[in-house]
Amino acid sequence: MAKRPVYLDLLRIHLPLAGWVSLLHRISGALLFVAMPLGVWGLSVSLAGEDGFRRMVGCLSSPLARLLLLLLVWALAHHGFAGVRHLALDAHWGVGPRRARQSSIAVLLATGLVVLIAAWRLFA
Amino acid sequence: MRSATGSHTGTGTWLVQRATALMLAVAVPGLIVLFMAAWPDDFSAWQALFAPRSSRVLIWLTGAAMALHAWVGMRDILMDYVHPVGVRLALYLAVMITLAASVAWLAAILVGAVPGSAA
Repeated sequence: MAKRPVYLDLLRIHLPLAGWVSLLHRISGALLFVAMPLGVWGLSVSLAGEDGFRRMVGCLSSPLARLLLLLLVWALAHHGFAGVRHLALDAHWGVGPRRARQSSIAVLLATGLVVLIAAWRLFA
Repeated sequence: MRSATGSHTGTGTWLVQRATALMLAVAVPGLIVLFMAAWPDDFSAWQALFAPRSSRVLIWLTGAAMALHAWVGMRDILMDYVHPVGVRLALYLAVMITLAASVAWLAAILVGAVPGSAA
């Protein structure tokens, strides 16, 4: 009998697609938590006056800042789409391996599309 | 006896998480569309976006819902991965302070963000 509770080693178990969507939902949520105070700081600087606004625009025009912004776009999009999927599952909609896999693919595709559009707007 | 990390608090936090999720699912895309539609080129246009009281109230409510939602989510994550009770409680406190400070700061910014009174 294994010692309880058992903590799964995420690097060794094979996760189904829905598991990956769920794991990424957590990671993106944690990222958004970190981003929240940074966003409030950015808002504060940009609204403090003409100088602050220009400083923030300059700050956001660097390639590294745009890459981080794209990461945030990914986090927000994935968290939002996967979150709506979880709400649907709460309402017993889309339960079952086949539907769960299909909705996982839909979440990943929708997120990919948003990230592509954002990347085009940020870098092209 | 209730443990130091709380017990029987699951249903309430679950409900808070779901209620705020629904609010955010409407408010965040809405705000993104509003900001994209009126994308500001200069400071006065940026400031004008925050001029109507309604937009400031909406932004603050969205921020507050986000903080509540983030609290439940971070609590779940810490509960799953941080097992020493003392460390977990310290991290709970850090998350709470971060979120409360963010929401209070957001309120201060929005109260001060009236065009013409740039300080």
